[in-house]
Amino acid sequence: MTDGPTPTERFIQGILPENPVYRQLLGLCATLAVTNGLKPAMTMAVAVGFVLLSANVIISLIRNLLKPHLRIVVFTLTIAAFVTIVDRFLGAYMYQMSKALGPYIPLIIVNCIIICRCEVCASRQSVFTAAADAVGQTIGFGLALASIAVIRELLGTGMLAGIQVLPAAWPSWVIMVLPPGAFLTFGLLLGLINWVDAVKSAKQGRKG
Amino acid sequence: MEEILTDNTPVPSGRIRNSNLAQAWLVLVLALIIGAILAAVQVRLSPIIAANKLNETLEKVPELVLGAGSAATRPSGLEVDPGTVKIEKDGPDSFYSVFHVVSKGAPAGWVVKTVGQGYGDKIELLIGFNPDITAITGIFVLGQKETPGLGANIASLKWRQQFIGKATARPLSVVKGGASAPNEIDAITGATISSRSVVGLVNRTTKDLAGKLAPEIVRFSRQVKKND
Repeated sequence: MTDGPTPTERFIQGILPENPVYRQLLGLCATLAVTNGLKPAMTMAVAVGFVLLSANVIISLIRNLLKPHLRIVVFTLTIAAFVTIVDRFLGAYMYQMSKALGPYIPLIIVNCIIICRCEVCASRQSVFTAAADAVGQTIGFGLALASIAVIRELLGTGMLAGIQVLPAAWPSWVIMVLPPGAFLTFGLLLGLINWVDAVKSAKQGRKG
Repeated sequence: MEEILTDNTPVPSGRIRNSNLAQAWLVLVLALIIGAILAAVQVRLSPIIAANKLNETLEKVPELVLGAGSAATRPSGLEVDPGTVKIEKDGPDSFYSVFHVVSKGAPAGWVVKTVGQGYGDKIELLIGFNPDITAITGIFVLGQKETPGLGANIASLKWRQQFIGKATARPLSVVKGGASAPNEIDAITGATISSRSVVGLVNRTTKDLAGKLAPEIVRFSRQVKKND
């Protein structure tokens, strides 16, 4: 078993340097679909976080038993189990939110962030590293969802998490809460982050 | 067991190594464990989920029959009896979930649940009627996936209020801008299809039930007492 990054490295990498949404461009279906409000976006982040942490821990515990050609089956099975638990839990205790998120909670099963972390980290490293990795990636995913959701909800409805923030006279840009708004916001933010990075590395290149 | 099955350990017999069971035992064991856990979760949570669905409807019933103020004042002596009713007509029979509302012993009205196709997906409606189904006392949108900002406005209080007090004798019709006749409903700007879907659903339900709905033909599922 080769030594991979340490737990601390895994944790920090997930937040910004290897942010699942802005750096790895994973989990974009959920990212685009549920960011029309801060509340659904944060519920999604917590749900993905729970599934990711549970799946990473379980996969890491059984990593020495995995058969290489059957590993994806085991990953999917584990992920699907926890997603089903989250889906039922939301239906029972957060009924309105469960209705608002609709099919996107069951669709966490095919969220590539989780299967990617199982493949890259959990199936190779210790339980502690896998858990740190899951928490870091979840924070990164949550921040990414929040950044898009704040812009979309604010411009689309003048509200944040259902509370009126902009003056009532704000002409709500309906397109921002519709699917095109998701693509516009995400594209512009991604471009901005890449541009900032390019400027930074250009400066460093001149110094060095 | 674990030592035999790791890849690095040499396995004495080729038969064991290649048998399907040796390859897949982890998947099978996991599937069994997960199946058991999920069954437990389902047994535990499905009654709560079913109760959530029913409560969502029951909470809206007093408001739909007695008017918007009733939710705040919590009227006492209100009984809501859920049941189902079969309406026989040409072609396939229709089944409706109905709620008979009795206030202080006297019939106060009916709330009927109905589902129909909208612009985006199915629209689920609650429609309130007075006891003899001659007037609509209110509608509520239980579920819809219409376009946010346009068709989704069918759920807004402002649009739904148009239905309150409409007589059921004549079918309602949708007009664009400035409803004047008593049976006209203003379409939502940019969402004529969603508006027509709701009005069509109300008309169909009214036509099916007017003059036919009576406590005698309803199969009540159970007695629910509210606010006692």
